[in-house]
Amino acid sequence: MTQVFFAIMVLSGGWALNGFIAREEPRVWTNLLSAYIFGMTILIMWELIVVGLGVSPVILPPPSMIYEALSSDLSGLVSTNEDGSLIIRDCGESLLCADFYQTFFKGVMRGYAMGCGAAFITAIAIDRSDFLKRGLLPIGNFVAALPIIGMAPILVMWFGFDWQSKAAVVVIMIFFPVLVNTMQGLDTAEKMQKDLMHTYAASYWQSLFKLRLPAAAPFIFNGLKIASTLALIGAIVAEFFGSPIVGMGFRISTGAGRLELDLVWAEIVVAAIAGSAFYGIVALIERKATFWHPSIRK
Amino acid sequence: MMRNFVPILTVTLVIFALWYAFAIVLNKNWAYDKATRGGYELSFTELVADTWSQKKPRLPTPDQVGTEIWKSTGMAAAKMWSRNEGKPFGERLAKVFGDKKSLLRHAWLTLSATLLGFVFGTGLGILLAVGIVHNKAMDNSVMPWVITSQTIPILALAPMIIVVLNAVGVSGLVPKAVISAYLSFFPVVVGMVKGLRSPDSMQLDQMRTWFASKSQVFWKLRLPSSVPFLFTSLKIGVAASLVGAIVGELTISQDGGLGARMLQGNYYGTTILIWAALIFAAAMAAILVSSVGLVERITKKRMGFVS
Repeated sequence: MTQVFFAIMVLSGGWALNGFIAREEPRVWTNLLSAYIFGMTILIMWELIVVGLGVSPVILPPPSMIYEALSSDLSGLVSTNEDGSLIIRDCGESLLCADFYQTFFKGVMRGYAMGCGAAFITAIAIDRSDFLKRGLLPIGNFVAALPIIGMAPILVMWFGFDWQSKAAVVVIMIFFPVLVNTMQGLDTAEKMQKDLMHTYAASYWQSLFKLRLPAAAPFIFNGLKIASTLALIGAIVAEFFGSPIVGMGFRISTGAGRLELDLVWAEIVVAAIAGSAFYGIVALIERKATFWHPSIRK
Repeated sequence: MMRNFVPILTVTLVIFALWYAFAIVLNKNWAYDKATRGGYELSFTELVADTWSQKKPRLPTPDQVGTEIWKSTGMAAAKMWSRNEGKPFGERLAKVFGDKKSLLRHAWLTLSATLLGFVFGTGLGILLAVGIVHNKAMDNSVMPWVITSQTIPILALAPMIIVVLNAVGVSGLVPKAVISAYLSFFPVVVGMVKGLRSPDSMQLDQMRTWFASKSQVFWKLRLPSSVPFLFTSLKIGVAASLVGAIVGELTISQDGGLGARMLQGNYYGTTILIWAALIFAAAMAAILVSSVGLVERITKKRMGFVS
């Protein structure tokens, strides 16, 4: 029970600290700091309550155990020799690394590139036909709201257990969100701006590349950001339906069945970091590419 | 709307045509296999006829899927209905929805998990948003985590949530609803925070000149002006909630649901079953989103928002 008491104290302490920080002049570091304090508070409370109440690790392992599983698995990758030199082993030596490579680099990245590319090219291809645009935009919006993830078992049946089926699930999940966003983006250039391009005697392609695509960039990046989170979800869920004996989704579903929850949580930590990093990288590219946009300009 | 009707119809027709074409391409191997084994030649029309009427095709045609849906909803319901003649109305209806072969039962299971999760998620989202708008410390500390929570592939957690809740003795609807709630709370938080902050300083000043208390400002200004934002979020939230329920059912299939039906089809290779469940789920998503849209239109009209 003492641990639970400590947990309550940590919570109130963290809360008071954040209240104190909130009264400061808001700066970037104060926001980051209070988010960090809140996260740490939750983690410490989790640890204390799980240990204090004696919750079985089969139900909810404490963070320390998850960290243990994570580090003991990854320590197989790097070790030091007797003379102090580093040995870096093959990714296959570690379960987490092998799963990550299979799911992220084989399934997610390839699917993401194919899906975004296909959606972008489709958007450009139908751009000149007002008829097609008016037909596809409502349908695209509709399909983007459908539970497409249900296609996963069908695609696993069609494309087999390896990464091809995972990439296919990723492609169909992200195609319509990216398509709809790109199409909307291509419509954002104002009439005045288009008229100006017209007075310059710009050809269709010139006005596309110099005016409309740059103007569409914020929308396209919005689609790419949505797609980045969908892609990882799609690949992991697709692995629930059959995969070679490697992959994050495979490990999670079999691990949960075998009650190896520390490994499952370690896998989820890797997925969370990968998902956030993927999103972050796309957002970073967006900042660099659309530096002129009011929401980014200082 | 009318302006778009012809283009939408054309695109839909093209999609159907492509669907039939793909059915030929994907199913032709099996048709050829049968022909070689039977020792006969296939003409093109025979090939087409075969690919469009296989029992376990790789890709069923729209009419096969439509027939399957009709068989497992309307026809099954009518059969059950007539079999229980003489029983009171409520019991008869319960029999229809309890029929294991009926898609209606599975759809009802999915729908109830979806709605339960949607209500949980929306409630949690609104509460969090109110807290975030009124408490600066909460805004600083919770909001970043709310955003991060969505870059985590939450559906990966689905099997574990279900196993863990099962271990604690919670099963059935609730685990699915928990996944639904997690997916639907995010759009609500983001939309509500935006909405509750949407009154401009002029309106807030006006409330001040009336000496309004904080709770009066909330109930009479902030909350009403957040309504349009809330409904936009609810439309996204309800669709996400359905996805959550289906994925929950894909991982735990004991007690049925559209997702469980898909999984069943996956095991037995009855693709028509999967497609029927999929199309039914799509229709359900459309109905859910458009009914939220309907409530939105009525509410906005009553409240005097100009659309």
